[in-house]
Amino acid sequence: MKKHTKGLVLWIVVVLALLAAAILAGSPGRTETVQQAMRDAVLHEENRVALPGGKTVSPGLISAFVVTGILLAGAACIRLFAIPRFRLSPGKLQLVLEEAVGLFDRMAKDNSPHRCGFLGAYIFAAGAYIFTGTLFELLGLQAVTTHGTPITLPAPLSDVNGAIGLGVLSYLVIVSGGVAAHGVKGVGKALKEFSLPISMSFRLFGALLSGLLVTELVYYFVSLSFVLPVVVGVLFTLLHALIQTYVLTMLVALYYGEVSEKSHGKDKAKD
Amino acid sequence: MPLNIDWQQILLHWMNLAILTGGLYFLLYKPVKNFMAKREAHYKELDEQAAEKLAQAEKVQAEYQAKLESMEEELRAERLQSQQAVQKSVEEQLAQAQAQAAEIIRDAQAQAEHSRDRIKKEAQRELKALVTEAAKKIAFQREEDPFELFLDLADGGQANESR
Repeated sequence: MKKHTKGLVLWIVVVLALLAAAILAGSPGRTETVQQAMRDAVLHEENRVALPGGKTVSPGLISAFVVTGILLAGAACIRLFAIPRFRLSPGKLQLVLEEAVGLFDRMAKDNSPHRCGFLGAYIFAAGAYIFTGTLFELLGLQAVTTHGTPITLPAPLSDVNGAIGLGVLSYLVIVSGGVAAHGVKGVGKALKEFSLPISMSFRLFGALLSGLLVTELVYYFVSLSFVLPVVVGVLFTLLHALIQTYVLTMLVALYYGEVSEKSHGKDKAKD
Repeated sequence: MPLNIDWQQILLHWMNLAILTGGLYFLLYKPVKNFMAKREAHYKELDEQAAEKLAQAEKVQAEYQAKLESMEEELRAERLQSQQAVQKSVEEQLAQAQAQAAEIIRDAQAQAEHSRDRIKKEAQRELKALVTEAAKKIAFQREEDPFELFLDLADGGQANESR
């Protein structure tokens, strides 16, 4: 009991000391107004990061590379150390991995039962990218802008180019399903849903950008930086990550299954 | 471009996504799926083996059941046969006993008949002897020649017959 009380007192003292230190240290002063900060979060005109070749890009692209690196490194570690130790009665990690793979595999099979091999692999990768990419902003990794100022790397999909990239690529995957199943006619089937790339891209962009803007707004004002970020930053981000992962993968699987479905007219004619 | 859309960056994102999709497919998705498929096949095989064993067991059980039933049938037939044999034996013994009894009765009757004849003959003999004795006594009491007396009587007998 005494041990618990001591720990509690110590914890409160540490929290109060950090609060006092934060107040006493003061702020170096704002380099940009809230309007500028939010405009830049959308357009990435000011805070850009230089690639090794000299080309300047949005920080979102750097985030995308970092997320891919993290995912591939994690996958390689799992491939090397965990998968060879898989057993018939799974452990905790094996259960999580099997459930993740099984979830997207089942989604592909349920929505596109006749052609689901590539679809399963794509939605698994897209799901992992969206989920990890959205949670990535919680890490708060820093990059240096072309102006020499530090910038927190945002979620890759809060960059319009990243969102368009994933949205359009998903649409192309759907078109490829149509082509694989029906040849040139499949393109026509997929083109009927011409608004799909725009809706998918901007759904992702809008959802993640709104999260980013709210976070920017919250962190812009020091008074809002206590307790509130726990809800805004962590819970909302987690919710975003789950919802956006589910929505995009489900839509891709659904439309892929629709365009690659065997036509009933042909079957009837055959019968 | 509006919203700062940059095709070069979009292509870089695509390249990034292509690397990620390929990498995750070969490093994670395919091996895990293969393992799951292998395990499914393993359990399916176990299931099939169990079903096969169950079918074999059911077949053996059916065979034994059939054997049991045929044994019961045989037993019933044997029992019936032995009952019939016993019945036949009882009937034979009964018939034999009846035959013996009839023979005994017949023998007894024959013996009785024989005894009666013998007694009858003895009685006749005794009677004859008595009659002879009596006749002797009567005859010797008159002091006549019995032969002459007999002849007289015999003549008298003829006279009586003529009457």
